[in-house]
Amino acid sequence: MTRILILFAHPALERSRIHAGLIHSIRDLQGVTLHDLYEAYPDLNVDPDREQELLLRHDIILLQHPFYWYSAPAIIKQWQDLVLEHGWAYGHSGTALQGKLLGNVISTGGMQSAYVRGGHHGYTIREFLLPFEQTARLCNMTYLPPFVIHGTHRMEQPDMPYCCKQYRQMLEGLRDDRYTPGALAEAVYLNELM
Amino acid sequence: MNEHSFFFTAMIYLAAAVVCVPVAKKLGLGSVLGYLLAGIFIGPDVMGFIGAEGQDILHFAEFGVVMMLFLIGIELEPALLWKLRAPIIGMGGMQVLITTALITGLALWLGQPLRAALALGMTLSLSSTAIVLQSLKEKGLMPSAAGQSSFSVLLFQDIAVIPMLAIFPLLAPPGAAAMEGHSLRDGLPGWAQTLIVLGAVVLIILAGRYLVRPLMRVVARARVRELFTTFALLLVVGISVLMTVVGLSPALGAFLGGVVLANSEYKHELESDIEPFKGLLLGLFFIAVGASIDFGLILSQPWRMLGLVIALMTVKCLVLLALGRLFRLSTDQNLLFGFSLSQVGEFAFVLLSFTHQSGILPADTTSMMTAAVALSMAFTPLVIMVYEKLLQPRFTITESAAREPDAITEKHPVILAGFGRAGNIIGRFLLANGVRTTILDLDSDRIDLLHNLGIQAYYGDASRHDLLQAAGAADAKVIIIAADSIDQTTEIVKVVRKHFPNLQMLVKAESISDVFDLMELGVLHIYRESLDTSLRMGADALRMLGYRAYHAQRAAGTFRQHDEKALKELSALRDDKKTYLHTFKERIEEIARLINRDNVKPWNNETVSWDESSLIEEAKKE
Repeated sequence: MTRILILFAHPALERSRIHAGLIHSIRDLQGVTLHDLYEAYPDLNVDPDREQELLLRHDIILLQHPFYWYSAPAIIKQWQDLVLEHGWAYGHSGTALQGKLLGNVISTGGMQSAYVRGGHHGYTIREFLLPFEQTARLCNMTYLPPFVIHGTHRMEQPDMPYCCKQYRQMLEGLRDDRYTPGALAEAVYLNELM
Repeated sequence: MNEHSFFFTAMIYLAAAVVCVPVAKKLGLGSVLGYLLAGIFIGPDVMGFIGAEGQDILHFAEFGVVMMLFLIGIELEPALLWKLRAPIIGMGGMQVLITTALITGLALWLGQPLRAALALGMTLSLSSTAIVLQSLKEKGLMPSAAGQSSFSVLLFQDIAVIPMLAIFPLLAPPGAAAMEGHSLRDGLPGWAQTLIVLGAVVLIILAGRYLVRPLMRVVARARVRELFTTFALLLVVGISVLMTVVGLSPALGAFLGGVVLANSEYKHELESDIEPFKGLLLGLFFIAVGASIDFGLILSQPWRMLGLVIALMTVKCLVLLALGRLFRLSTDQNLLFGFSLSQVGEFAFVLLSFTHQSGILPADTTSMMTAAVALSMAFTPLVIMVYEKLLQPRFTITESAAREPDAITEKHPVILAGFGRAGNIIGRFLLANGVRTTILDLDSDRIDLLHNLGIQAYYGDASRHDLLQAAGAADAKVIIIAADSIDQTTEIVKVVRKHFPNLQMLVKAESISDVFDLMELGVLHIYRESLDTSLRMGADALRMLGYRAYHAQRAAGTFRQHDEKALKELSALRDDKKTYLHTFKERIEEIARLINRDNVKPWNNETVSWDESSLIEEAKKE
């Protein structure tokens, strides 16, 4: 069984609608570890040893967070800077993460139609996520297509259960190796595979 | 006495008291001497404002003594008496008995008749509660062994006054018209006299139990504040009248009445109602005593006077020292005990005026003795000063006196002044980060302990310029001041500011008032010892209530900023007076002001962070 680590980052979960629902719906999922970064390190003092050990025990690493300013909340960057050490995660002898998968699970306020060339935000989600994709490559990992929930600013309460169910199914699919490497390489969003 | 002259006399007395008492207190002589000085000043020998009527006022003011005994009675705590029974009865009892015996013997040897000698012995065995307790409290010596022993002896003396007042009438020569007026006992056979006296005492006890308490309840229920005061006065006056009628001492009756009412629910009201009258009347009494001293007599034989005072104080002091040795006081404590109780107390004035009226002592002797007592009281601050300056340093092995500052052999960029609770954490933290510190501390035990642990620390007072110089203050970058007391801290800050302006100061403070003091000195980096711990506890409490850790952490951080800003603003608003914050009540008010600020000003911007509602609003409108 593939083991999944979700590195969750939300600085104000008490005010979140989507992510509170998402993590609630997957709490009991076998083979999935939810690691709440802001709760573990409220002072942003991330512990590299603990984090590296967690990484080694999992095969798929998902960064779940709201898509703030075309990127992730600050603690994800802090995590990257402190945990992905040279000689461990990358560089000549840095092979600890070789063969693992990395991906983003994000929510955006704007609709998907805003994230196109010439649209409101000017670029696609995949383009904005390039730093993560290249991070995965540098660490000898495979980058997964992102799982994206668009249009949260217009989302109504009845849409929530659908998103949560989709997310849970996606995680189960990854865990049980239901998606072929070819299908994963081709998809733009993970959402398409369901 | 017409109305004008009454008000004029009152004005003289009050003005004299208002002028002389603060001056005497300022000079460290205490209020009793202030009143005496006021009396001497307005008396016939100096200004001559009052003459013969001083005697009448003395009679009237003696009522203050009655009130004082009522208060002593009402304040007697049986539990405290029981706890201190050994020192009270042992030390106090022996002090009074031995001193009385010695002085009586001396007086007999000097040719006084037995009655007079006994009266003098008892009178002069007493010490001054007011002066001794006041000066020991001021110097913070009450908790010391000497302080506790002094308290016990004074308590016994206060109680011993009662039997003395009962014995004195028996000492009066048969011919002299002892008490004013006639009592019921006159002309009755002995057994009837005894019966009347016993009856009066039983009456006071029974009335106190079964009549006065219900009456007080009725009076209290009327809810007229001054009526209760009136009743309290009536009570004391009534007892005095009753005692005078049966020919007993009013003071004795008042004391008894006080004891009976000591555990009533109105104890504190009675106390606070009688207290100002007692204070006024006693003040008046001491003024009258001062006015009645015959200076012509005293100045005619100054050496005899001085010899008398010194002899008296020496005898008293020697008795006390012997007792202190017997009760195993250490040498320095024993000296303090002996020196501070060596004067004669204010009760001597009462007893002396009584001996004069009842003809036990002739007028010139009482005048002489009154002046001697007053002088012995005036010498007390001097005597205590002699003890502190000359004797105490020799007999007390104080660390600071015995130990010289260590020679400092190392120099580091950081000087750590004070290695107590806070200092040792700072030092450990810096050392763990490879920063060595020069540690200075005033606690020699602590220094020795550190040496045993292999840590280099130096004994010495960091507020000394030469010591800081030796510690390398001229080349260091930072001094961390974490001394044990704010006084030490401010001393160090002043020296550093003056001599080592190159040093950055990090200063630990304990209370808000410490912070204000340090702000006034211009210190920029002030750290309140309890602030961070308290905020961490508060933040963890929020977490346990289900708040997100990051929210709690930010809330604590924001609150600290808000708190420091509010303190700075309050400091700017604060009065310049140094003593401003030193009473407990004022400290509470300061905290209340801070809390008000928390309510009025929205200190927490947390509600704005990561809020998407305005974005959602906008998206829905599109």
